[in-house]
Amino acid sequence: MKTAWQEKAVKLTLFAAASTSILIVLGIFTFLGKEAGHFAVTPGIEKLLSGRWVPVSFQEESFGLLPLITGSLLVTVLAMVLTIPFGVGASVYISELARPLEREILKPFIEILAGIPSVVIGFFGLVVLAPLVKGAFGLPTGFTALTGAALLALMAIPTVISISEDAIRSVPESYKAASLALGASRMQTMWRVTVPAALPGIVAAVMLGTGRVIGETMAVMMVTGNAAVITGSPFKSVRTMTATIAAEMGEVPFGSEHYRALFCVGIVLLLATFGLNIIAQKVLKKYRMG
Amino acid sequence: MRKARTQQAICWLMRAATYSIVLVIASIIFKIVWNGLPAISWEFLTARPRLSGSEGGILPAIVGTLVLVVGTIAVALPLGMCSAIYLSEYAKQGKFTRAIRLAILTLAGVPSIVFGLFGLGLFVIFLRFGASIIAGCLTLACMILPIIIVSSEEALRAVPQSLREGSLALGATKWQTIRKNVLPYSIPGMLTGSILGIGRAAGETAPILLTVAAFYLPRLPKSIFDQVMALPYHLYILATQHPDVEKVRPMQYGTALVLLTLVLGVNLAAILLRIRIRRRQKW
Repeated sequence: MKTAWQEKAVKLTLFAAASTSILIVLGIFTFLGKEAGHFAVTPGIEKLLSGRWVPVSFQEESFGLLPLITGSLLVTVLAMVLTIPFGVGASVYISELARPLEREILKPFIEILAGIPSVVIGFFGLVVLAPLVKGAFGLPTGFTALTGAALLALMAIPTVISISEDAIRSVPESYKAASLALGASRMQTMWRVTVPAALPGIVAAVMLGTGRVIGETMAVMMVTGNAAVITGSPFKSVRTMTATIAAEMGEVPFGSEHYRALFCVGIVLLLATFGLNIIAQKVLKKYRMG
Repeated sequence: MRKARTQQAICWLMRAATYSIVLVIASIIFKIVWNGLPAISWEFLTARPRLSGSEGGILPAIVGTLVLVVGTIAVALPLGMCSAIYLSEYAKQGKFTRAIRLAILTLAGVPSIVFGLFGLGLFVIFLRFGASIIAGCLTLACMILPIIIVSSEEALRAVPQSLREGSLALGATKWQTIRKNVLPYSIPGMLTGSILGIGRAAGETAPILLTVAAFYLPRLPKSIFDQVMALPYHLYILATQHPDVEKVRPMQYGTALVLLTLVLGVNLAAILLRIRIRRRQKW
């Protein structure tokens, strides 16, 4: 009798613990939505569409998200242009071409990169990469979108490698055997059979990497110069959504319009990463690679 | 013949891509270690900062980071392990289980700064904890929860079904089976996951920026409602906000080295533990 009661209590406790994940997700949407909702009522959601982000001003404050969104987009696109060839190339190399011993050494070494805190990567960017970029392109400052993108690529690469590598490894051995038996070379098999079969997984890996890049805060904030301007040039300074929240939240009065506008930025960020994540997981699940 | 040469070229290109990543990692670590070592001294590690961080040591930041990590694990570990036990041993296929899994995946993808906003809104302001250790720990715990759940569940699933069936067949209840026959074999794997969570919690800056971290606070914390300094935030402040950035370079490198050593040391411990478990447990 006592054990039956105990069994129930245990199950209930575990159930409650498992439910907290749902509660946290709902909490995140509620608390961000609440403040952003206040902003949408007064001063109104159309204020967010303006092209200027001037949150502190003696004349007129302006909370246009466009410069921040384009800033994040520019940095993200540049970062992915760098990430895809290196990340996918390395994952194919590690899973298909490297010798077994080489693979055993390379894998944990690249895992190390995933463990380096973003503020340390940002610091490295600040003292090493920014001066390099400044010198190499003859720019007035090294704090540009390109510098940020290079650091972000570094942070996305381990994610992309580890997930694409799993995808490439999950291609059934029989596919490769069939291709080789038909007389295809090792390289032909790799490019025409293995990689195409793993492609959905590789795409999902790139999407998850993109999610990581959009959400990264410290490294970008330290090296992109943080000028809230709309630009498409990789050599200009930009300000991302994440950096805006991190840099300005410390100084805003609680409950002010500026405070609430920052929560609006947070919602945009949350929805973007949420969308990417869900689609990537759907792809992985559909092709049974997750 | 031409084809063979192209293939060779592609192979070399990919090798170059891989090794250039390795080279960059190595140069980051080398740069931090090379410039950081001269800054490390007994005083640097055990003294309090003076003159807004220009002189003295980083003891409060080290203590702050350790306090945050311990508090975070104290919250996230039991919660994550219990969630994983539920998902692996009790949960049936259904709407609710799918919802939990979706929530975990979502949490894993939420940007750290958004966790910061959430922690600010819920713990700091709504629950009136203020910027405090407890607010920071709870925020970080939310962030590392998915890491702990996913790796714990993996560890539980690695225990063969026959161990459960044997125990159940002898008349043990479900919980007795889990406690006596499943958990003992999966605890090391679960711990590996939580160690990775520790590394993440120790290195993150954005969430603690909004919920706990103090710019400059030479005294040590007295209660869980105090603010603390933390290594990553201290490095950020020294490197970007300090009035004389160039002069305090050695302090920056020193702080970066201490942080890097802590985080990579923790990760290395997890990797070694994982290798040991794999070697010992061959079902």
